Amino acid sequence: MSADVELQNISINFGDFYAAKDVSVLIKKGEFFSFLGPSGCGKTTILRTISGFLEPSQGQVLIGGANMAGIGPNKRPTSLIFQNLALFPLMSVADNISFSLEVRGHSKADRRARAEELLGLVALEGQGDKKVHELSGGQRQRVAIARALAIEPEVLLLDEPLSALDLKLRQKMRSELRAIQKRVGITFIYITHDQGEALTMSDRVAVMNEGRIEQVDTCQAVYEKPKTPFVASFVGENNPFSGEVTACNDSHVEVLCDGNKFVAEINGNDCQDAQKLVVGQKIILFVRPESISIKKNKSKTQNSFSAQLNSIEFEGHLQNLFLTTQSGVKVRLSLPNAEDIDHLTAGQATDLTFSAQKAVVLPEGNLAVD
Amino acid sequence: MQKFFAKNGPIISTYFLISIGFWIIFLIIIPQLYMLDLSFRPNLPPLLRGGEEDVYTLTHYKHFLFGSETSKDAYNYVDLKVFFTTLATAVVITVLSLCFCYPIAFYIAKIAEHKTARLLIVSLIVPFWINELLRAFALRILFAGEGVINNALINAGLMDNAINFIGQDVALFTGLTYAYLLLMMFPLYNSLESLDTNQLEAAKDLGSSTLRTHWRIVIPHAKAGIASGSTMVFMLTAGALATPVVLSSPNTFWFTQLIYQWFNMNDNWSRGAAYSVLLLLVSVIFVLLMMKLFRVKVGEIVK
Ligand SMILES: Nc1ncnc2c1ncn2[C@@H]1O[C@H](COP(=O)(O)OP(=O)(O)OP(=O)(O)O)[C@@H](O)[C@H]1O
Ligand SMILES: [Mg+2]
Repeated sequence: MSADVELQNISINFGDFYAAKDVSVLIKKGEFFSFLGPSGCGKTTILRTISGFLEPSQGQVLIGGANMAGIGPNKRPTSLIFQNLALFPLMSVADNISFSLEVRGHSKADRRARAEELLGLVALEGQGDKKVHELSGGQRQRVAIARALAIEPEVLLLDEPLSALDLKLRQKMRSELRAIQKRVGITFIYITHDQGEALTMSDRVAVMNEGRIEQVDTCQAVYEKPKTPFVASFVGENNPFSGEVTACNDSHVEVLCDGNKFVAEINGNDCQDAQKLVVGQKIILFVRPESISIKKNKSKTQNSFSAQLNSIEFEGHLQNLFLTTQSGVKVRLSLPNAEDIDHLTAGQATDLTFSAQKAVVLPEGNLAVD
Repeated sequence: MQKFFAKNGPIISTYFLISIGFWIIFLIIIPQLYMLDLSFRPNLPPLLRGGEEDVYTLTHYKHFLFGSETSKDAYNYVDLKVFFTTLATAVVITVLSLCFCYPIAFYIAKIAEHKTARLLIVSLIVPFWINELLRAFALRILFAGEGVINNALINAGLMDNAINFIGQDVALFTGLTYAYLLLMMFPLYNSLESLDTNQLEAAKDLGSSTLRTHWRIVIPHAKAGIASGSTMVFMLTAGALATPVVLSSPNTFWFTQLIYQWFNMNDNWSRGAAYSVLLLLVSVIFVLLMMKLFRVKVGEIVK
């Protein structure tokens, strides 16, 4: 069984401070949904509200259509995996996993069988008699998942469960989590400040900033069609150019940024459509590092500008170029390693260009700080 | 040893060795050995000590078990009864103390906000600045026939005659529980404090009731603290003197009172020594048995 989760105008305040403000979102059943946002933006707060450890100051949580107000965490069809896992160190792995069944008075044999079954699900067959401290980090992770799944919750809530693992293991666990979700078919609500994690696993993502949801969309849309400057700068790398609109029609917007004239295509982005950019409006134009290229010849093309090369960084399959424009704007450029850039040296003026299709123009707003 | 010296330097190492050595040899081993030795010697006037009558004997231990040679009883029922009553009462006091401290320690460690917790700890400690004897007398004033509690209850019209709190040993139990409260409270608090709060929430999230969470998660975690607190409270209660003297009913006699009598009133030091040795020995055995029963290791207690 799987259920959808709806947050209706949730606000949570601690005194004057709002940890969540007017959060509304419908998470569909069977979905792998992530809340993505910087540290302290209220992700854990939202998750604790869904699981019932926190009552919202305003608004309500509906799970499978039922209002959860006043229903405690032990009575909700949710299961929470804690940021630090919170496994019970004095119990064996099997006892940990079947604790929720013990609570419900299942027989010993029953519990044992269910524990074995779940250990199988998370690829830990036969490890039930071990103590928690005898397991590796990744194995503990899986025990936590198995324990949370034991009561067959309709919604599994995960609070940055991979943050304690090293990079390699984290990547492995990502695909494993995704596979487990596919197998059990219930709703997963995942919290992370790691955009790579959110983008690789989720069906949809809510990007949060300072207690508010900035955008709810598929991973691809969040990456390619960000709706706010915060989303554009927080998700993935991006180059912001501040400027203002000089001309605008249904398909294109022309902007002036520090004396450079740029054109961007209006690509069905809700924000650009709805708010109808107007001439003279202050905007930020975003271009991804991988969407900028080095101009090969001197021909005059659209969206070209020049910048001084500061340094080149080698990053496996990519090489990152760091440049500064005449007016001091920092620009980052990612090129595939195959591209030959031997002719470039630090301090050299370089001509760059990007296509109108790849640029996103958004009304001025706060950027993510990193 | 060489490693210890290399690590801490000669001055600090010597200081450590001398102070620890002094502590162990002069304050623990020598007095206890002296008591042990004394307990196996006959009670002789000073002139005869070291003479030919001063030979090792079990007479004091025999006295404890079988009574004086002139008595008609097969066993020394009076002393044995006092001994076992003392031990049993000490067990009850330990359990009472645990039951009283556990919820408070848990509240302070896991539920109360920082400020409230600090306030509670201070208000637990402050009364213990007052001398043990004074505290006992204060309770006596509270529980006496004409005491605060009785007067209040009678004046309120809740009853007609005073309750004999002291005769019923209510005062004694209260006083003893109270006397060593902190020795239960702090080890308990320490071990509860170190429990990850997320575990409590995880248990709750998995559907566990408060009671089961305590039984399965909190108590196992706090086992070392419980053992350490219980050991201390048991030992100190069994060896308490001031509180029983002030608060026990006329027909309740504490084993330490007996020891005190042998030493002081009857001037029979070697018998007093034998009784002390017995109390120490049985208490230690009892504690070790308990630890075995609850599967706690000695090392865990000092954690
Ligand atoms: N009980 C509380 N009292 C006061 N403020 C709180 C409380 N709980 C959380 N906050 C505040 O609410 C904000 C959001 O906290 P939350 O734990 O939800 O952040 P988060 O997004 O999960 O961050 P992280 O990624 O670091 O875990 C923080 O600024 C935090 O200080
Ligand atoms: Mg968090």
